[in-house]
Amino acid sequence: MSDTVLSDLALALASGQVRVIDLTNTLSPDFPVIVLPAEFGQCAPFRMEKLSRYDENGPAWYWNNISMNEHTGTHFDAPAHWVTGKDLPSNTVDAIPAQEFVAPAVVIDISGEAAADADFLLTREFLEEWEKKNGTIPPRHWIALRTDWYKRVGTPEYLNLLEDGAHSPGPDAGAVEFLVHERNCVGLAVETVGTDAGQASTFNPPLPAHSILHGNGRFGLQCLTNLDKLPTFGALIVACPLKIEGGSGSPLRVIALVEGQAA
Amino acid sequence: MTDPLIPPKRKDPLVVTRAGHVSPTLRSRSATAMAARAGMGRFVLQVCDDCAKATYPQRDRCPFCWGTLSWQDQPNGAVIEAETTIRSSIDLFFKEHLPWRIGSARLDAGPMATVHLHGDVARGDRVRLELKLDRAGNPALFAMPERETPHMADDPQLRVFTAHPKFRRVLVTDGRSEIGQAVAEALLKAGAKTVFLGNADPLMRYPGQEQIEAIPGIEPVHLSLTDTRSIETLAGQLGGRVEIVVNTARFTRQGGVGFGGHLSNLQSGLDLEVTGLMRLAQGFAPALSARSDDGDRSAAALVDIASIYGLTGKAGYAGSSATAAARLSLMASLRGEMAQTGIRVMSVLTGPIEDGWHQNVPPPKTTSAQIARAVVTALEQGQETICADEVAKDVLARWLQDPILTIREENK
Repeated sequence: MSDTVLSDLALALASGQVRVIDLTNTLSPDFPVIVLPAEFGQCAPFRMEKLSRYDENGPAWYWNNISMNEHTGTHFDAPAHWVTGKDLPSNTVDAIPAQEFVAPAVVIDISGEAAADADFLLTREFLEEWEKKNGTIPPRHWIALRTDWYKRVGTPEYLNLLEDGAHSPGPDAGAVEFLVHERNCVGLAVETVGTDAGQASTFNPPLPAHSILHGNGRFGLQCLTNLDKLPTFGALIVACPLKIEGGSGSPLRVIALVEGQAA
Repeated sequence: MTDPLIPPKRKDPLVVTRAGHVSPTLRSRSATAMAARAGMGRFVLQVCDDCAKATYPQRDRCPFCWGTLSWQDQPNGAVIEAETTIRSSIDLFFKEHLPWRIGSARLDAGPMATVHLHGDVARGDRVRLELKLDRAGNPALFAMPERETPHMADDPQLRVFTAHPKFRRVLVTDGRSEIGQAVAEALLKAGAKTVFLGNADPLMRYPGQEQIEAIPGIEPVHLSLTDTRSIETLAGQLGGRVEIVVNTARFTRQGGVGFGGHLSNLQSGLDLEVTGLMRLAQGFAPALSARSDDGDRSAAALVDIASIYGLTGKAGYAGSSATAAARLSLMASLRGEMAQTGIRVMSVLTGPIEDGWHQNVPPPKTTSAQIARAVVTALEQGQETICADEVAKDVLARWLQDPILTIREENK
């Protein structure tokens, strides 16, 4: 075998020196989708209709028709998802260069803060403090926001939709501006149902993560799981959305490559 | 006096369930016409256009003058002139339900008729005749006491012609809605033992949840009509323990066809209301059919609630009306299938609902209480089609008289 970076990687994968962490929730009819005010179009949940299962409709084969929204389950947000990104070049999932789908991640752990306050807001000040302790966020990284929110999947506390709206953590405008313009992030990767905080529609400007990330050609990854299994630095995320013509996003399988044996 | 129905005991697992036989369905076109009117709760007879005499049973020409006959609402009073008790029959249903009382009734409208007798009715009594549907959907005359008697609805012969909710267990598909909650409460008040109340999203709260789920007899269940798996799972759990299914699910949005309508809304409506109805039927119809003659707690009915505008279309609600049309069509087909097994298939027709999706529609609108009342009445009477309110009644009456005109009127 030739001695190349990829052959080394293959060996490391085979030996377990590099492990693959699945960051994807299972697509099932029960997985929650974002809920918008009733007068808007609603995100379709995942649905599956059996076509045949070794029966009269197909004696030797099993397959299903599936349906869902582009933003159902663990999914990718392309810049065209938001009005701020509507005029950018290559802003849909089919047009984004495939090179963009493999990128390293830095994990910002706010799980403690989110447990104490479901509305916890990630601010620029918090990030600057974080960098003092952990080092500068390198460019062209996914910002993986570890909240442990994935542990709430299957409970009402995941969407956490109360009478005054959803309550879940996310960044404020200052934090997103900092990550985009001063740290040149690839995008924001979260465990919650959206990159924005649950109450972000009330912020000024509203929904800053969607607005600023996509307005600057950055991506979103939502409904991730297992971010607590990743190191602060050093994980490589592979996130390839379906090549949907003109698509604003896509459900996808997200994996992370990490070095070192399992604990 | 009728013996009050007592709560049925649990079934002996060693006893074979009685197969749900029905009477022969091969009837004349005029008998089918009578059945269609019976299903709407009318008391009709054929009346000669020439000599004006009413006739029974159904015929193709007037037996007195060979004139043409037309169906007309008639007075339903009668006197029982003779009665007899059948103690032997080769009919597969009746042979299991003997003895069975029938009589000859002299109708105020003129004819003599062979009628089924309520237990509180005897020879010489004045009675109130009801035009019922038997288990196969055939028309039948049933003699009721002229005045209310104690426990009248519990008469075992009458219960064969109705789907009374008393002591039955009911599945209401959408308990998240005001309609579903009103229907559930009304069914319990009408004597239902249990209402399994569907919730498409158990992780999401809904208005009225604490109150409705605290009512004794209400059992919340996970059921989403857009999710085949959830129906299969629930049917697996409840299929043999539900006697009545009431589908209260609906999805209404304003919009036209070429203007102002969203395809996604039409798709959502079709998936929930039409494909969802078929999923529901495929999940529960087989188990209901297998228990249509299972003692005092026989499986009895599948009820669907749909907009009257399914008959006509409706300007401003084109997609929802198209969905209702498909829903009514599926119900008509299902009714034919279930008539082979003794399960009644009922449609409750509504006008515009008093809800957030009809804010621009001026009153009168259909309330949840009216729908709940109509569901209970349809079950108690064994009626196939019932209008929940005056708007639905008005549209139906105009549609019956002149469908083409009514379609045009409702789509201006």
